[in-house]
Amino acid sequence: MNVLVLAEHEQGTLASATLSAVTAARALGGDVVMLVLSAPGDAIAQAAAAVPGIARVLHAEAPWFAQPTAENVAATALDAIARGQYSHVVAAATSFGKNAMPRIAAKLDAAQVSDITAINAPDTFVRPIYAGNAFATVRSSDPIKVVTVRATAFDPAGASGGQASIDTIAAAPEVPAAKVVGQARTKSARPELTSARVVISGGRGLGSGENFKLLEALADKLNAAIGASRAAVDAGYVPNDYQVGQTGKIVAPDLYVAIGISGAIQHLAGMKDSKVIVAINKDPEAPIFQIADYGLVGDLFEVVPALTAELDR
Amino acid sequence: MKVLVCVKRVIDFNVKVRVRSDGSGVETSNVKMSMNPFDEIAVEEAVRLRERGIASEIVAVSCGTAACQETLRAALALGADRAVLVETDTALEPLAVAKLVAALVRQEAPQLVILGKQAIDDDANQTGQMLAALLDWPQATFASKLQIADGKADVTREVDGGLETVEVTLPAVVTTDLRLNEPRYATLPNIMKAKKKPMQTLSAQSLGVDVTPHVTLIRVDEPAGRKGGGRVADVKELVAKLRNEAKVLPPA
Repeated sequence: MNVLVLAEHEQGTLASATLSAVTAARALGGDVVMLVLSAPGDAIAQAAAAVPGIARVLHAEAPWFAQPTAENVAATALDAIARGQYSHVVAAATSFGKNAMPRIAAKLDAAQVSDITAINAPDTFVRPIYAGNAFATVRSSDPIKVVTVRATAFDPAGASGGQASIDTIAAAPEVPAAKVVGQARTKSARPELTSARVVISGGRGLGSGENFKLLEALADKLNAAIGASRAAVDAGYVPNDYQVGQTGKIVAPDLYVAIGISGAIQHLAGMKDSKVIVAINKDPEAPIFQIADYGLVGDLFEVVPALTAELDR
Repeated sequence: MKVLVCVKRVIDFNVKVRVRSDGSGVETSNVKMSMNPFDEIAVEEAVRLRERGIASEIVAVSCGTAACQETLRAALALGADRAVLVETDTALEPLAVAKLVAALVRQEAPQLVILGKQAIDDDANQTGQMLAALLDWPQATFASKLQIADGKADVTREVDGGLETVEVTLPAVVTTDLRLNEPRYATLPNIMKAKKKPMQTLSAQSLGVDVTPHVTLIRVDEPAGRKGGGRVADVKELVAKLRNEAKVLPPA
């Protein structure tokens, strides 16, 4: 029996979250097979084959995989699953995985296990519930187990050194009922939020989108990604993809700096596994201080520039 | 067109959940229960579609115990026209809910089903996608904007890299993200009116769906505690500690 990993990629590079899913897949036993769906001429299959621990890459090409819909991804994935011997289908719990995997699971009559943080046995998983305020240990009785993986809970596999074979498979016919008709990607030269070593996040305390620029100088100094609380996103200070929390992104960097963030439960759910947490807030009673390793009570408009300057010393 | 909205009864988002000491689950007795916040957004969106003249009827659906009637009444108070409770005492997995709703959709024949993208209790984020799969309908998940015209829905989705717009042919399934709308509060007259709106109860069995769980809950634990609460006096002390104590910054 093998484990099928559904790959997510962009511009010829596998998502770091997919490499974490590979690590989880290798803990399940059996050969790890990676399913790569791409537009024709994309070199991504070669990148997948270079991941150590992958036995085989299944590569399907079709023009519509340039902007994959859950419908098209599920159709080809289900074909691949039907033609192999799989005990598990695994993907990272990113917006791509969350969108496509339940569609695959339902067709397999499998009850998906979402967002696992540990594998106790090939059929037994630990996953957060209630915004990470509790952890459930669950056992799946499905013959093919469909699992999404919380990327921050598994170290990413390497991206080079592997020599998997590449099998080209046919893409399922296009599902015309859903089409991607537009994209607005946030452009940033910074590290990706979910894999950055340092994350600087701003909250409602920043007061405006303009004031988020304050965080940029600090982020530049630390080579950090910039995140935000839901309150800051709801207020329109920054785009939705900055949001860290239960329903946004889950991050676990070495250093998380929460600036002007009070620390609502749903925000803590997205960052409390960070190695070191710093909180800067003018309200000494803010809940964020209860989980911060280093809390600094003060006006962020004074503290942040001072912190940026201090890092130069 | 007819719109179906799915609502789930969950522990209120303001309640700090407590894990039972025997590890059997979280404490639910004497705990405030409410409609899942993402489902409130789903109901609100359906009501707005009716206000724009797009939806003609809104049917609210909940699957679970008789207590879910309360959640359905809340949906009626927000503006749903009638409610259907699919009653069962079995703890339902998203797959089972998707099967029950799919069976109901085959009876009701709506053009659009709107659900919350996830419930804040199990955080599974599955039901809408599974429902779409079982019906062989297209799906538009994590919606932050929904426009309907000419038998199609244009949906802006919140994705990891930013925003994506998908066009799906109706009938379709849409799941809501936080910024789709801000749900209204139910007014007292509407709460009173809701009591008179029709509510139908069906058994899971009568829909011909096997809801036997595929996943067994073994135990529920508290998260590993985090020892926080440390304070620093100023920026100088903070940077010194990050360098020398936490060692997450290189030494000066």
